[in-house]
Amino acid sequence: MESGFGSDFGGSSGGKLDPGLIMEQVKVQIAVANAQELLQRMTDKCFRKCIGKPGGSLDNSEQKCIAMCMDRYMDAWNTVSRAYNSRLQRERANM
Amino acid sequence: MDFPDLFKVYLSLELLWSSCHKCGHTGMDSSSFSVTSLDTVDPKLQHFIEVETQKQRFQQLVHQMTGLCWEKCMDKPGPKLDSRSEACFVNCVERFIDTSQFILNRLEQTQKSKPVFSESFSD
Repeated sequence: MESGFGSDFGGSSGGKLDPGLIMEQVKVQIAVANAQELLQRMTDKCFRKCIGKPGGSLDNSEQKCIAMCMDRYMDAWNTVSRAYNSRLQRERANM
Repeated sequence: MDFPDLFKVYLSLELLWSSCHKCGHTGMDSSSFSVTSLDTVDPKLQHFIEVETQKQRFQQLVHQMTGLCWEKCMDKPGPKLDSRSEACFVNCVERFIDTSQFILNRLEQTQKSKPVFSESFSD
């Protein structure tokens, strides 16, 4: 862990809280939040695509559809992420 | 406030609070707990906040565009993402950014002649 923040936080060696640790914890929290968002959106989209008139349970075809849908949603997410990144780099290059 | 701004506020507050907790002072006396601007925060933390906020803005837009483009490009989910759908997603992203830029540019132009958002309201 980094120990380069001592000057701004009176005596970092004695304290339990350390900015490096805070930063790591925040990064984890952000990752969790993003995973939750992804899951929420995926559930919404796959429910719409795969479930017609809701029955008494999820039948085999519905389950298969949901499984495929999940994978396709991840493919789509990755494609969009790459495309957006490319566009941003292109914009920066043109500035 | 949208998510990235809320996040920035939350993050900076959390960090300010944490740094003060470490000070070892018993009370919230003004000498140890100054709610000033981010300039007084460690520049490394400031940089961290800026970088993470930027990353989060990117992530949010990817979430948003994936949702929108899914509606436009995806029929029935198959065993893999075919090349036509993939091309559609790529085009979709590009056209979304184009749309965003178009709106900003046109708004800027029309604002010069006919201001939409004016600061004074006439009764």
